[in-house]
Amino acid sequence: MTQATQKANSPLELKGRMMTLTVLRLLDPSVEVLARELDRRMQDAPDFFRHLPVILDVEAVDDSDLHQDLPGLVGLLRAREFLPVAIRGGGEQWNAAAREAGVGVFSGGSEVPAVRGQTGRPRAVQEQASVSPSTVVEQPVRSGQQVYARGGDLIVLAPVSPGAELLADGNIHVYGSLQGRALAGVRGDTGARIFCQKFGAELVSVAGTYSVSEQFEESVRGAAVQVSLRDGDVLDIRPL
Amino acid sequence: MARIVVITSGKGGVGKTTTSAALATGLAKAGHRTAVVDFDVGLRNLDLVMGCERRVVYDFVNVINQEATLNQALIKDKRVPGLCILAASQTRDKDALTDDGVARVLKELSEDNDFIVCDSPAGIERGALMAMYHADEAIVVTNPEVSSVRDSDRVLGILSSKSRRAEEGREPIRERLLLTRYAAERVAQGDMLSVEDVQEILGIELLGVVPESKAVLNASNAGIPVILEEDTDAGQAYQDAVARFLGEERPYRFLDVQKKGLFGRLFGS
Ligand SMILES: Nc1ncnc2c1ncn2[C@@H]1O[C@H](COP(=O)(O)OP(=O)(O)OP(=O)(O)O)[C@@H](O)[C@H]1O
Ligand SMILES: [Mg+2]
Repeated sequence: MTQATQKANSPLELKGRMMTLTVLRLLDPSVEVLARELDRRMQDAPDFFRHLPVILDVEAVDDSDLHQDLPGLVGLLRAREFLPVAIRGGGEQWNAAAREAGVGVFSGGSEVPAVRGQTGRPRAVQEQASVSPSTVVEQPVRSGQQVYARGGDLIVLAPVSPGAELLADGNIHVYGSLQGRALAGVRGDTGARIFCQKFGAELVSVAGTYSVSEQFEESVRGAAVQVSLRDGDVLDIRPL
Repeated sequence: MARIVVITSGKGGVGKTTTSAALATGLAKAGHRTAVVDFDVGLRNLDLVMGCERRVVYDFVNVINQEATLNQALIKDKRVPGLCILAASQTRDKDALTDDGVARVLKELSEDNDFIVCDSPAGIERGALMAMYHADEAIVVTNPEVSSVRDSDRVLGILSSKSRRAEEGREPIRERLLLTRYAAERVAQGDMLSVEDVQEILGIELLGVVPESKAVLNASNAGIPVILEEDTDAGQAYQDAVARFLGEERPYRFLDVQKKGLFGRLFGS
């Protein structure tokens, strides 16, 4: 065996890589309140949360006693099929609790997600690296229904009713009228966009930045539009 | 084999029972053997609207629990041959409608009928789901207002995903819209949604439009399905709807505001 092949076959490789993770901010020091709220949200979007790696941001509850319950809280999240990986934003007592709970501690780490597409690297390269499957829906998406395209784009070839919800890690295309809610880039892809043929959405969101119906300009109502994120925090809704 | 037709809506009080009685009566009058089944356990009123409440001895739940045979429980309509009614139980709890029990009763009814009309309870809970599950066709009864349309939309989502046809990957349920309690004046004033508005949201075939009409309450108080009140607007609208259901083409009526003369004010809608 030559040196070269040995190197190529090395069973381990350590790489520093930036990834987008969902941050779950704890805003109430009571485990009970948090559990109830989690259950409520999961009812709305059970598939979205399943096996979702999350970082617990404890900044807002740093000086409460919640750290004593961290192992319990982590267990509670795991029971609901979340994957809590680390905490951030807590003091010394939190770091000790994290060790006990078997999760890591994220130091630093700003909340600004990595901007992709606009700066530096050409976008095509990134897409080559991860060809992701699209989800195609041919039936109308009705009130109370939710469709989530994990890891890729969502393409809907029928109308989306008021009260229906579309979620995608990538882009959302609606070749029909969009009356419900559409959330693209739900795992933080700020380059994701929403396209639709007839715009009447109740809410649109890209990478967590959202805008609701009252905020839309009259000129885009009923029009064919695309929704994208400008400067990282402004939603741009433009006729196609 | 009978075709199973569910009359559903999500929202309560929109006219499902009125429609079930009218459709079943209309189908039987057109010569099709028809059974109409009340799925509204605990709140039965199909028998009242059909005028046979005093003749109910056994009900749907009795048949499911095998306390009575289907033949003992079916009430033959006195006005229209080929029509029979299976009443809901008055008192029992909603879990009385078991999956197996409902499937068995519908199968048995299928043998001697051309159509089975299922009057669904309001809501999207067990009773309503049971009524929808076996359907071949659905008539979604909707009033021209936002909350009713929203609920109908929800029900359409359930029909396309939770029915037996969906589970077995068969051709989907045929879904049609019946717009009821349509008040042309209020639509004109913008207080109610128009036929076009509702269709734009729901996007399914329109079976008919039944106007808001005093004739409906009068008929149900008298225990006569309104479709048999042939000179009333609602009765005629239901006749049109049944004809369309059976494949006939008819123009839509009662969509425009009508000036009422003295005669209209005294006797009409
Ligand atoms: N076209 C109509 N014009 C006027 N009144 C109507 C009309 N259709 C139904 N109604 C009235 O509305 C009320 C509810 O009707 P119905 O019982 O048929 O509704 P439902 O959908 O079966 O209700 P539930 O959800 O409680 O079962 C009754 O009082 C009925 O007389
Ligand atoms: Mg009813």
